[in-house]
Amino acid sequence: MIFFLLGISVTALAKEAREEFPVPPPPFTEGIFPCSNCHASMELNQKKRALSEHTQIRLHHAETLRWCLDCHDATKRDKLRLYNGDLINFTESHRLCGECHGNVYKDWKAGLHGKRSGYFTGSGKRTYLLCVHCHDSHSPKFKQIKPESPPYTPKDKRNAK
Amino acid sequence: MRNKTFTRREFIHNLSFAALSGLSLSLLSSCSKEQREDFLQKHFLEMTPDEKRALVTRFEEKYLRKYNKNFRVSVQEAIPNTLWGYGLDLSRCIGCRKCVYACVEENNSSRINPQSQWIRVIRLKKGSLINLEDSEHYYDPANVPEKDFMYMPVQCQHCENPPCVKVCPVHATWKEPDGLVVVDYNWCIGCRYCIAACPYRGRLFNWRDPNVPSESWNLSVHYLGNRPRMKNVVDKCTFCIQRVRSGRYPACVEACPTGSRKFGNLLDPNSEIRYIIERKRTFRLKEDLHTEPKFYYFFEA
Repeated sequence: MIFFLLGISVTALAKEAREEFPVPPPPFTEGIFPCSNCHASMELNQKKRALSEHTQIRLHHAETLRWCLDCHDATKRDKLRLYNGDLINFTESHRLCGECHGNVYKDWKAGLHGKRSGYFTGSGKRTYLLCVHCHDSHSPKFKQIKPESPPYTPKDKRNAK
Repeated sequence: MRNKTFTRREFIHNLSFAALSGLSLSLLSSCSKEQREDFLQKHFLEMTPDEKRALVTRFEEKYLRKYNKNFRVSVQEAIPNTLWGYGLDLSRCIGCRKCVYACVEENNSSRINPQSQWIRVIRLKKGSLINLEDSEHYYDPANVPEKDFMYMPVQCQHCENPPCVKVCPVHATWKEPDGLVVVDYNWCIGCRYCIAACPYRGRLFNWRDPNVPSESWNLSVHYLGNRPRMKNVVDKCTFCIQRVRSGRYPACVEACPTGSRKFGNLLDPNSEIRYIIERKRTFRLKEDLHTEPKFYYFFEA
């Protein structure tokens, strides 16, 4: 009975959590998903090596400690794998990130880290971005970008008064 | 006795009053209907709901004539139990100025001749954050963030104790019940006392009519916010009054690529801004002036 109740509360919680984070689909490179399209016919090789197929991926995310299959599941290729062995969809990748980055995950759930847009109250549409919308999961450090042009100085001809 | 004759003082009073009204009547009859209505407009805070509705129609017609666009002018009032507050994460801001240009587009600011930007991003050398005199806002590197610098966007801080409101001689600017400091551009006389009083350089003067490309007008405007300004008035950031009063994030929050900008209701214990104030290291700019800004800069970690 207790387990039954516990089960209900856990599923209720999970459902609530999903509703709480209206996130857009994860940003896949075109044609890359589902992974099983290619991987189904491939032999499993768990050895850490340079990948000849995924040329765009440069792992720069604690790469000395980890390898693809620490996050991606070896057999069910279209799923991500949590530390406890649970399989999750790519749409819930924030749970996987949160396993290591606990403090950031806590802030993200409160709406602090990360970005929210749209309506913050009322019935309007709101969007919360996933970790992977801003951070490349294989190389999460932010890249430099070009800034917008500076304001014109008071003496600039384009700023005539 | 006194009913029939005038004292000298009363005579002069009446005479000058008659002269003034005669003069203004002739002046008013010589100007156009639009100018007359503008001149005789009541103070916004003294208008009844009916008068505000008439005001909306009048301005929508005026903008249609002037810009050939169907503006939707709002006079929406403050939502009860709200006090808007802003948070900005200095450890994540990369100084890309995307917020500046999103603000310009949203708020119908003049693009060129003159250029009018409500947000100023200043660049500070790391380790000298408090030294604002060494800040630079014309920085233009190839890429940001630069290694030795940090960036700090400054805009109207929406003080609880706003010096700009105090100095206005005609009460053309005031603090709304939800904490937003707003300007009635039709009441402003352009004396610029408020610009001199603001310690944050949060206010700008319109030296000319706004120069906005015809296709770029944002037609959803608020009377106290982003409606087209005219020459010789002061304007400023309103935390996007036209957006936040309907529950929508300000334009700068939506534009920020790193999510450094946070917004929320200070009276709501579950809001993002309260989370920041309760859990992060925050500071407010020039706190020593006792202006009590509602703009909280904070650091991650």
